[in-house]
Amino acid sequence: MFKWFGKVNFAPYTKVSEFANHLKDGRLMGSKCKQCGQESFPPRADCSKCLSGDFEYIEFSGEAKLLSYTVIHAAPTGFEDVTPYTIGVVDLKETGRLLAWLGDTISEDEIKIGMDLQVVPRVFEELEEIKVYYSLEKPGTTWSVGQSS
Amino acid sequence: MARVGIIGIGHGQFGRRSDATVQELAFEAFREAVADAQIDPKDIDGSVIGSVPEYHKQRSLPGVVQEYLGLNPVPTWLTEVACASGSAAIRTGWMAIQSGAHRLMAIIGCQKMTELSTPEILALMGRVGEVQWESVFGTTFPAYYALFAKSHMHEYGTTREQLLQVAVKNHYYGARNPNALFQKEITIEKALESDPVSDPFQVYDCCANADGAACVILASEDIAKKSKKPVAWLDGVGCATASMSVLRRPSLTGLPSAEEASRIAYKMAGVTAKDIKVAEVHDCFTIAEIMAYEDLGFCAKGAGGRFIEERQSYADGQTPVNIDGGLKAKGHPIGATGVSMTVEIVKQLRGEAGERQVKNADAGLTHNVGGIGQYCFVHVLRRD
Ligand SMILES: [Zn+2]
Repeated sequence: MFKWFGKVNFAPYTKVSEFANHLKDGRLMGSKCKQCGQESFPPRADCSKCLSGDFEYIEFSGEAKLLSYTVIHAAPTGFEDVTPYTIGVVDLKETGRLLAWLGDTISEDEIKIGMDLQVVPRVFEELEEIKVYYSLEKPGTTWSVGQSS
Repeated sequence: MARVGIIGIGHGQFGRRSDATVQELAFEAFREAVADAQIDPKDIDGSVIGSVPEYHKQRSLPGVVQEYLGLNPVPTWLTEVACASGSAAIRTGWMAIQSGAHRLMAIIGCQKMTELSTPEILALMGRVGEVQWESVFGTTFPAYYALFAKSHMHEYGTTREQLLQVAVKNHYYGARNPNALFQKEITIEKALESDPVSDPFQVYDCCANADGAACVILASEDIAKKSKKPVAWLDGVGCATASMSVLRRPSLTGLPSAEEASRIAYKMAGVTAKDIKVAEVHDCFTIAEIMAYEDLGFCAKGAGGRFIEERQSYADGQTPVNIDGGLKAKGHPIGATGVSMTVEIVKQLRGEAGERQVKNADAGLTHNVGGIGQYCFVHVLRRD
């Protein structure tokens, strides 16, 4: 159910919709091409290397390094209530990159390009409908159901 | 290869144009370009419209523009590659004339943006990032360039002041351009007092949304040679792309599409970066102009901050850049921008830029970026 992914979701239908179910269960999944073995994050159904459409999910550790970040003060429609918020782009330990919010375990003055971070699956608990995302936290931060953020 | 020349230019007032529809804006630029070229509009055999349709209520814009300009029944079509749509229109006009299918074309960049609210525009523009994996976190267009800025500052020691020196320069020249949205100079102190947008950017690091239009008349070599106006030859036409997603870029300190497009354009024109006497670059944010200095080879990678600090991009510097105020001071009606840049370079090549005139301007360049560098068009123009 990919419509579960994100505060505002713009792409509810995708061949990698199971990603959101895994995230809800606390697992960060990338993809692996069954034909040539190429691994990707974000996950993709179709291999850019050998063009095969046969893939499987593989679990990522979530270990990451910060490549860049910014604090957003002027927000787009749908995000005004969380302003200001900080987004970061990280290099994942396994492969690929990810963009996400920096979470509560990191204060603004601690943020440094190159720092180690942990990608943590999360659920928007204040919302009635299922909405999942991930955030960038201090290494060692773990996910658990019902944990308040 | 035969040459394609620009024989007429027109440029409307940029700004909040609550007085006009988009086709009325297009008309202002078209009328001026036709008069400038001293042609009969009945000889025009087609038009290309550069614009981004999501901002307009009118569906299928070329139809309404073509009718309003009185150009029916000759062909028209739209080019859309976000903020580079205007240069895409010039490129397809160049292609159409090179193919022999057309000989004399009106290329019109036009856009109305200010009918939407700022959060609506932020949402719309932010979705030029990848919507599946990025927009879900409320990314905005300034935020993407802020990621580039942070990375450039970290990697090369580019400073907050150097970023704002770009804005100060472009406002200095905008104050001397009657078509610009902001015709007043600013200081670094004043810029540092402006509201935060996306760290490190404040309001004065960002170009403004605007309405406006610009037009150039493109002609085949035989028609251009008979032109009453000095011809600006479109001698280098480079275009390249890069990944839609910021997650798949090799680095966040430059735009690979700009490097590749300039390589192609320089090669086609048989010039190097040193031969460029005046340039119009896509300064949607202050960092974008600094990255452009480097991507276009005006200075070494990482030296862009010092390049502006040493005033090398002022009119009397090594390579004058955005001597019309750039997107920063002119305003950025996204579909019109690439054509507006071209108008300014033609003025410079003709020696018609008035107090903004650069010395010995025999070769100029436009660098028009779509989105966050997914598309880049670099055009080299020369006079005989
Ligand atoms: Zn494969």
